Parts: sequence; structure tokens; C-alpha cells
Amino acid sequence: MLKKSFMVAAVACVAILLLPQAAFAADDITTLRQELQRLRDSYEQRITALEQRLAQAERQATAAVVVAAKAETIAAVPPQSAPTGANAFNPNISLILSGLYGNLSRNPAAYQITGFPLPNDPLADVRPRRGFSLGETELGISANVDQLFYGAMNFSIHPDNTVSTEEAFVQTTTLPAGLTLKAGRYFSGIGYFNEQHAHTWDFVDAPLAYQAFLGGQFNNDGVQMRWVAATDTFLEIGAEVGRGAHYPGSGRNKNGSGASAIFAHAGGDVGMSHSWRGGLSLLATAPQDRQWNDIGTVGTTVSNSFTGSSKLWIADGVWKWAPMGNAHITHFKLQGEYLRRIENGNLVFNDALPGSYAATQSGWYLQGIYQFAPYWRVGLRSDRLATGAVDYGANNANLLRPGYAPARNALMLDYNPSEFSRIRLQFAQDKSLQGVTDNQVFLQYQMSLGAHGAHKF
Amino acid sequence: MLSIKSLLTGVMCAALAVFATPSFAVVNILACEPEWGALAQELGGDKVSIYNATNAFQDPHRVQAKPSLLARARSADLLVCTGAQLEIGWLPILQQQAGNAKIQSGQPGYFEASQFVRMLEVPARVDRALGDIHPGGNPHIQTDPRNIGLAAAGLAKRLAEVDPANAAFYQGNYKTFAARWSAAIANWEREAAPLKGMAIVVHHKAFVYLENWLGLREIATLEPKPGVEPTAVHLSEVLAQLQRQPARAVVRSVYNDARGSQWLSERAKIPVVVLPFTVGGSEQAKDLFGLYGDTVNKLLAALK
Repeated sequence: MLKKSFMVAAVACVAILLLPQAAFAADDITTLRQELQRLRDSYEQRITALEQRLAQAERQATAAVVVAAKAETIAAVPPQSAPTGANAFNPNISLILSGLYGNLSRNPAAYQITGFPLPNDPLADVRPRRGFSLGETELGISANVDQLFYGAMNFSIHPDNTVSTEEAFVQTTTLPAGLTLKAGRYFSGIGYFNEQHAHTWDFVDAPLAYQAFLGGQFNNDGVQMRWVAATDTFLEIGAEVGRGAHYPGSGRNKNGSGASAIFAHAGGDVGMSHSWRGGLSLLATAPQDRQWNDIGTVGTTVSNSFTGSSKLWIADGVWKWAPMGNAHITHFKLQGEYLRRIENGNLVFNDALPGSYAATQSGWYLQGIYQFAPYWRVGLRSDRLATGAVDYGANNANLLRPGYAPARNALMLDYNPSEFSRIRLQFAQDKSLQGVTDNQVFLQYQMSLGAHGAHKF
Repeated sequence: MLSIKSLLTGVMCAALAVFATPSFAVVNILACEPEWGALAQELGGDKVSIYNATNAFQDPHRVQAKPSLLARARSADLLVCTGAQLEIGWLPILQQQAGNAKIQSGQPGYFEASQFVRMLEVPARVDRALGDIHPGGNPHIQTDPRNIGLAAAGLAKRLAEVDPANAAFYQGNYKTFAARWSAAIANWEREAAPLKGMAIVVHHKAFVYLENWLGLREIATLEPKPGVEPTAVHLSEVLAQLQRQPARAVVRSVYNDARGSQWLSERAKIPVVVLPFTVGGSEQAKDLFGLYGDTVNKLLAALK
């Protein structure tokens, strides 16, 4: 099946690449070439004649005149044309267009990450799709608000015609001592992958550990303070408090903060060709009645809910190599993160039976991306999860505690004809669900238009 | 939760400790490209400390907002950049994330050299189908030394604004530099006289200011569109064009992929000239004077 899908995808790729060339018949091309040649010849004759006349004229002109003219061409700085009109203050607008074709050997309707039950919404976000689908369309608007603030918004338009506010925040630009305060909704600064927008990902999907522990990525409504140290080695410390409505938190009706996070990152260069960044983060959320469906020991679907505390530690590291710092021709990126979640509290089994809940689970991913020629990159990613120690207390007899290690391996090849477009082919073997091996093939495009984006390291 | 609170307190303490740090005696300059670092050094002498964000071997269009650059942007008193959207892929990140009010756009601590020169190739139509074009014009202004002179006047004033105590020092250095620079330009122009009208093929449209200065004639580019690497089809077209309209050399910057120019050089039997493009781009280009001296010499060598 995998082989066949690959063939289909490969043939489709070749067909797309060949399409414009195939549209012309060979005869037409010859005729066009001859015509073009005639045009070129005639223009070149004329240009040569003009050049000769020009050279003659130049010889006749006095040296003084030439010098004066030359001085004038550079000395005069043109008056800056002042933008006028009401739209002169329009913010930067950028649009990300993305589409996906997925060929999965298993029906994704039953998709789950064994041992990591997700509530319905995040589960729908991370579940792979079969066939053609629109990817995430992102609309971003940003600008300086005034002399004190910068503001940005990112709408995500989902293939099912729903729109979500991925980010909408304001940020200070003039606080002293390396401080930056951000307020609104934003991707939390935890980890490395968490802050990356989908169009900058190196694979079609988020790492399995991010899917299992954060439902993809964690954004928060709240306030974030960052501090960058005045040192030659990069050192950044940040803290956040916020609503914590996003998984692993839950929407709650309470004053105060439902999620807090702290993170520290350090980074620098080694010689001209290497740079690195590493970090440690802690996200603490307080979910209240976080609900999900699970299969009970008797084999029926049950609905559980959890109230308590959830702490997620993330250790992240990224190392990049580019010969003499020039990433244009070849470069390599190695990136890995380790996530460990500790949850304690109360679990209500099937909306009826209360009991305690304590779980310590972990997961990691490691990926390498190599650009072997301008525009062409190849990448390999390995995902592993450990279901760890789970204790349902009084409900231990009612719920399964599988000792399974979900795993996924992915291989991707992408072609980036410019900074603004990318076409990607990805193969993955997904063993998220116990006893099921899903062979996946994805073909994806991601394009951006409008304001030139600046990307994080 | 307790651990988070105590850590938060730690962060605040650390932040307060930094408030108490005394200000630096020298002006910390983060130069986006090495030519501006070299110019700031000429004007600032020992009153400035310079860090170059990029080197001559990097494509200035494709630089990343590395942690090391964020760290330098954090303590910079002055950014000296080309502007004209050359740094648009990375500089905005530094401005947003370094937590440094001084280097924001519109502040004296953000200097754009392109505002002081006459921009060439300002596109009448801005469309990405035309390749990687810059709405403000071709940003590679440093290939004409007269632009360095114009930027120097602006930078000397800006240094005086950022560090008023040493205003007279910067002005004095500028006067000395301007005199040396004019003399050097006159000298290069004399040496480069045989280059007038020399037909060249360039890899990237990176030399329009140089061509304008020395009267070189650019007859083709290896890139089919700005920022798009040479393709086999396009190279063949350039080769065919050279048979009708010969060129004396194929010129590239030190950071460009060597294969395209090598291919053309072998078939068209013309030399490849690898220009330093900026300070540090060749052994001779140790400073600004070496940069243009070496550029002129390398072009002259191709004529022999």
C-alpha cells in the first residue's frame, strides 16, 4: 500500500513539474526560438550602433563636464517621498495558504494515542486526515501601535470553516533593562517547538509528544514577562500567568490564574558555523473537569473527568550548522525535546465514580533537517512516548493502564523554490495506537504572501 | 505552585539587579553588515565597541535571528544597518525580542545607511513574481564607495546624537575620514579607468552601484530572477547570449554558490572574478580601503 501511494505521489509530482513544458508542441518551440533569435539579433545590432555613437559623444565631451555630472548623480539624495492618504498607516498583512493530501493505511476515525487520552477538541486537531484537505490558512496582521506598544494577530482558518484566534497580543517595545511585557493570547514561550507557527514546521504534523501533552501547541490568554540578560551569551528568562483554557488545562470559572509557566533559554555561537539554543520550561495548569472519552476495562466507551494539577517539564535543545554561517546552500539542524508530565488530583469515572488520579508520563522527539542543495531539504524525525506510572486509585479496576510505548517515525523531503513557497512530501509510520501500524503519505504545500515574515531561530 | 512563585521572585530580583548595572563607557554598536562595522570603527575609534552580525561569507538576505544576535541586540546602543528591507527576514525579530528600547525603528539607535544614498533599481511594480525584489530599491549600496562617504556623514551625526559627550570627537574623525576617502576614491577611479565599458555577467544583481560607479556594463545575470539560483536552462541562454555579445568576466560575491559562474567561465572562456563584496570578503579587504582597492584590482586583473 505504501509503495503504491508513493508511486501515485511521485507520478503526481512529476506531472505537475512537467505540465508547463508539455503544453507547447516541439514545433511551436522551434518557431518561437527562431523568432526570438531574430528579435535579439536586430536589437543587438541597434544597441551596438547606439553604443558606438555614445562612445563617440563621450570622447568629445570635456573631462570636467564628466566629473561634474558624476558628482551630481551621487551627491543629490532625493527627497524622501512622504506617504500620504489614510491608508499610509496600514499594518503588515500576511497570509499563509496551505493544502494537504494524505494517504493513510488505517482509518483515522479510531485514532488515539494509547495511554494519552485527549479531550475531543485537541484530539480532532491532532487526528490525521485522509484524502485532500485544505491546511491551516493563517491571516496575520501586525504593526507598532504607538511609541510604546507593538500589536499582532494571527487568525487560523480551519478546513472545516471554523476560525480560531491563534494569537492576538500587544507587547511593549520600550521597557528598560531587557524586559518585554506581552498581554493577550499568545503561544507560550515554553519549549522550542511551542512558539513556532505551523507554516514554519519542518514536518506536516507536530511532534507526538506535543500532541499528547499539549494537544499540539499551548496558547494562553494572559500576561507574559520576558527578560533578556545583558550578556554576550544569550540568556532569557520568562514567566507567564494566564487563563489556561487550552489542554492540558481546561476552561474554568474562577478568579486568578489557571496556568502559569516559567522558562529559561540560553544560546550562542561556536565559531562561525555553529549556533545553538537550549532551555528548560515548566508549565503548571489547574484543569477543572477536564473531560475525555476512554475505553473501560469492560470494553465500553466511558466519559471521564479530571480536576487537579498538571505540571509539564520540557527540556529543549537545537543546534544548527551552516558552513561559515551561510545557510543558503547547505545547512543542518538538529532539534530535540524531552517532555515529562506529572498530574495529581481527582478523576470521576464515567461521570459517576470518583477516585484519585496520579500519573507521571514522558515523551521525546529528535529530528534532523539537512539542506543538501539550494531549495532542497530532507528530514528525519523520531517520536517516542512512555505511558509511565498511572494510578487511578479506586478506579484502577475500571480503567485500562496499558504498558505501551507509542512511537512514530517520519521522513520528509521538501522543495522551497523561494522563501515564500514550500512543497513537501512526507512518509510516516505511526504506531500511536496500540496494535495498529498506520503508514502515512502526505503531500503538502505551504505558501505565504504579503508582508515578508521574519522567523525565529 | 510554590516553586513557580519562588522562581518568579528570582526573576524579578535578577531584573532589579540589572537596573543597578552602571551604563557602559563605550557605545555598543551592532553592525548588520561588516562594511558598516568597518565604517563605524573609522568614525568611532576607541569610543565604540563593534559586533558584526554577519560576515562576508553569508548571504545578507538569508540570515537568522540567532540567539547570539539577540544577546548583542540586547546591549546595543546603536544598530547600523543597510535598511531598504535587506534585513527584513531577521532584524524585526531582534527588535521585538531583545527588550531594547534604544534600537527600535525611529529611534536614534537605529541607523539605516540606505536613507543617505540615491537608491538604484527602485521597482516601478512590486510583485514577488519578479523574484526577491526590494520595494525601496537595490539594497547592495556598499559596492559604490561614494555611498560609504554619504553614509559616513549621516553616521557621524548619528553617533554624536547617541553619544553627545563625544560629538566633537566623531565630527573630527569624520573630517579626517572624508578627506582620506575622497583621495582614495579619486585614486581608485584613476586606476579603474580601463574598466569603463567593460562588459560583465553577474551572479546576483548585487553590483549595480559598482557598475554605476566604474561604468561597467552588466549584460546578463546568472540568476534568472533576483534571489533565484541559476538554472541549467538559463545558464545555456546566457552562454548563447555571450557568443553574440561577449563579456570580459563573470562576477560573483564570495558568498554565492561557485558552480554557476564556474560552468559559464569554462564554456565562455572568460575568467570568474570573485569580489569581496564587503569587508572580510578577501584577504586584502581587511578594511574599507582594502575592500575597494581589492575590488578594482580583481576587475583589472580580469582584463589582462
